Amino acid sequence: MSGHMNLTLKVWRQKNENDRGGFITYKATDISPDMSFLEMLDVVNESLVKRGEDPIYFDHDCREGICGMCSLYINGRPHGPKRAITTCQLHMRSFSDGETITIEPWRSAAFPVIKDLATNRAAFERIQQAGGFVSVGTGGVPDANEIPIPKVIADEAFNSATCIGCGACVAACKNASAMLFVSAKISQLALLPQGQQERYQRAQAMVAQMDEEGFGNCTNTGACEAECPKEISLTNIARMNREFFSAKFFKEEEIR
Amino acid sequence: MELNAKIPEGPLASKWSKHKFNLKLVNPANKRKYTILVVGTGLAGSSAAASLAELGYNVKTFCFQDSPRRAHSIAAQGGINAAKNYRNDGDSVHRLFYDTIKGGDYRAREANVHRLAEVSVNIIDQCVAQGVPFAREYGGLLDNRSFGGSQVSRTFYARGQTGQQLLLGAYSALNRQINEGAVQSYTRHEMLDVVVVDGKAQGIVTRDLVTGKIESHAGHAVLLCTGGYGNVFYLSTNAMGCNVTAAWKAHKRGAFFGNPCYTQIHPTCIPVTGDHQSKLTLMSESLRNDGRVWAPRTPELAQRLRKGEIKVEDLKEEDRDYFLERKYPAFGNLVPRDVASRNAKEAVDEGRGVGGSGIAVFLDFADAIKRLGEDAVRAKYGNLFDMYYQITDENPYKHPMRIYPAVHYTMGGLWVDYNLQTTVPGLYALGEANFSDHGANRLGASALMQGLADGYFVIPATVGDYLATIGPKPVDANHPAFAETTKAVKERIDKLLSLKGNKTVDEYHRELGLIMWEYCGMARTAEGLAKAKGLISALRADFWKNAIVLGTNDEMNQSLEKAGRVADFLELGELMVDDALNRSESCGGHFRVESQTEEGEALRDDENFAYVAAWEYKGDNVAEALHKEALVFENIKLAQRSYK
Ligand SMILES: Cc1cc2nc3c(=O)[nH]c(=O)nc-3n(C[C@H](O)[C@H](O)[C@H](O)COP(=O)(O)OP(=O)(O)OC[C@H]3O[C@@H](n4cnc5c(N)ncnc54)[C@H](O)[C@@H]3O)c2cc1C
Ligand code: SF4
Ligand code: FES
Repeated sequence: MSGHMNLTLKVWRQKNENDRGGFITYKATDISPDMSFLEMLDVVNESLVKRGEDPIYFDHDCREGICGMCSLYINGRPHGPKRAITTCQLHMRSFSDGETITIEPWRSAAFPVIKDLATNRAAFERIQQAGGFVSVGTGGVPDANEIPIPKVIADEAFNSATCIGCGACVAACKNASAMLFVSAKISQLALLPQGQQERYQRAQAMVAQMDEEGFGNCTNTGACEAECPKEISLTNIARMNREFFSAKFFKEEEIR
Repeated sequence: MELNAKIPEGPLASKWSKHKFNLKLVNPANKRKYTILVVGTGLAGSSAAASLAELGYNVKTFCFQDSPRRAHSIAAQGGINAAKNYRNDGDSVHRLFYDTIKGGDYRAREANVHRLAEVSVNIIDQCVAQGVPFAREYGGLLDNRSFGGSQVSRTFYARGQTGQQLLLGAYSALNRQINEGAVQSYTRHEMLDVVVVDGKAQGIVTRDLVTGKIESHAGHAVLLCTGGYGNVFYLSTNAMGCNVTAAWKAHKRGAFFGNPCYTQIHPTCIPVTGDHQSKLTLMSESLRNDGRVWAPRTPELAQRLRKGEIKVEDLKEEDRDYFLERKYPAFGNLVPRDVASRNAKEAVDEGRGVGGSGIAVFLDFADAIKRLGEDAVRAKYGNLFDMYYQITDENPYKHPMRIYPAVHYTMGGLWVDYNLQTTVPGLYALGEANFSDHGANRLGASALMQGLADGYFVIPATVGDYLATIGPKPVDANHPAFAETTKAVKERIDKLLSLKGNKTVDEYHRELGLIMWEYCGMARTAEGLAKAKGLISALRADFWKNAIVLGTNDEMNQSLEKAGRVADFLELGELMVDDALNRSESCGGHFRVESQTEEGEALRDDENFAYVAAWEYKGDNVAEALHKEALVFENIKLAQRSYK
């Protein structure tokens, strides 16, 4: 079942990391408003393949808004015009017939483009590897109900834990700061009793890694919060700063 | 070859502890001399890799996404089972064991399932210790809910995103090991073959999806944690990238494939809207706790509804057929998935379907909203309702949801023994990739449990026994098998890249999916399956002539990636059909129309089919050989499943 919408797409094409890249214009025709944005791109890609042209590369996997793989910068906004959803959850009914849509990858020095609309987000991996864990091994842990956690605290930690690691916050920020992401990760564990033993060390290690990756500074503009598909709030950043400065203040010597 | 499941002797409840004691241990000082390759970083892979690295082994992990955290496990919504009995509602290890065997329609191994139930309690402890934010009650303790097909509340959950929270926990444990240098993580890497040296798995061949570089990795053992193959149906609730390639390559290298036809069709998914559809979205089973499934009582009413002559609100109570409640008064809307799915199909086949296509039934929350209030319903299911709204543009607080069954999970997979070892020594399969614990139908919230049981608790014990036996001698990466396997991989890539036909790989995939859904889906007949076999082999032959595969190997090439996966699906599809044809009984998700009770329920044939079908690859275009592992039930009496 095809639809009636016809659109013009200006898509960033770039062969690989070293290529300069540029915009190429495509027509997307007979698009149904019920299609998801990625399904619209599937249709365009099918027609490119039929013509023997290289299809547009974009990252995606779950198409349910949870894996954090999809990452399109649509008309100047990460994940497109609608609030609190990922690219894969965006539907064509959010656009109008005849519209021109500009599609770019995340733009940040720390996320180099590897092809077309896909970037390398390994910097996020390294930040989490630096300290985003509780040092418990498999086995020998207490019974789950021996760690009671007040529901309000559990809920607050959960809100931070919903971050899907997509990187839209970085893409949204004029400084390409990763503070929202890092603070969500730090907050989750800082709020929970399980995270207390290593809380200061964790904050320092993760922030140090973040700085090393070349993300920009936070100037409290809040674009990250506005564009985050999971509505991670700026209070996480405040909490992270608190963690970080307490760490510096109290624990400087103990921190590796 | 004689199949040996290596089930330990002795009473059921002590098999696992006794077995662990009997397994050989690797000397701690020797552990770092072993390398273990873990393919896949979902719940099974991440938990295995982290736990093995903690023990001291060198571990390498591989995944095709750009982060281990993006594995398909992330998408699980509903929850994870564990026999904690925190509710005091009569749950126990034995009850979870019993429910799983019965839910699987008596086609799973008793010993495996009991072990699964035993370690389930440790999983929850482990996850909580890592900081997984499970739902809690006001008193600060963990909350539980009951979940499809179970009459006790043993399901732990984290809003509608249990999979993400569990995977983030396992991923954090993995990250800690990466940070310590014990694990090397390879992302955007796809495993394309297993290297078998003198009958043992000693390596893999991978393609770097960014640069196209083909390389081999040597290891003392290979763990495939590569998920399920539901995407053989093209449309499923699985993530787009889920595929069978790793398991299929292993199969072609000697690993038997167990029960390939056992597929789970999940009853509550958002119906298909058009040809552009790329995947289907699951609406969590938890919705059936409060939602009521119904269809219009008569085809006439359904037709008027579809045409818009009447509205849902116009249908009087007596014109609504709550068919699950009517037919299964004891379980009502909570019957297992296979039963719920089949009944929805039946209603649609009778012409009582709803929605534009007529291929859907209602899942209605009007009563729940009346009883609990809209806010309470929002608190419980808000994110699912939002997702539904987002996709369909219809407000489920105001109108009943439209749902229809969709392919969701594959119980079949690589055959493994009690130690999770395939028929190739040194090659293991964990999580959805193996066939082991769910028989012919998986209960809700049991896949996460199994993936983590395999990874955290089973494999760390069992792989050591094998490693101790082969000894810590380094694997010879110069053995000709490595070069030969690498060459075979390159040749296949070249062959795919030479395809310059006129039909896209997606078109083949979609066509295969339609064949599978039509003939090897919710209802299967000998006649239909025979037809499907011919259709699939013709489609495969056509693929290798007329598919379009663009570009070169030395670049990011989605056309090539997809082509390789679809080519494997085209082979798997035929094996699924063979298996479904061979199993002329009905059991669980495998419904052979020829074998049903008078009331239309799945009718097993225990005398002839109480076995695992394990298929051995014999060469291209040669029929596979069937091996049977008899299922012995010593602790449970086989009975016709009844949810009345
Ligand atoms: C929408 C949805 C909801 C679900 N909800 C629930 C639920 O509530 N409760 C429940 O118990 N179960 C649920 N399930 C089922 C459950 O999520 C899966 O069965 C389970 O997560 C599978 O985990 P896994 O570790 O075996 O594999 P996956 O999580 O699928 O991981 C596979 C891994 O293998 C890698 N991989 C695959 N092939 C290759 C290759 N060739 N080379 C390199 N890497 C490869 C992938 O990159 C990935 O890392 C749900 C499933 C779906 C689809
Ligand atoms: S904080 Fe939000 S935008 Fe940033 S990575 Fe997490 S989910 Fe994405
Ligand atoms: S594809 Fe997974 S979040 Fe969009």
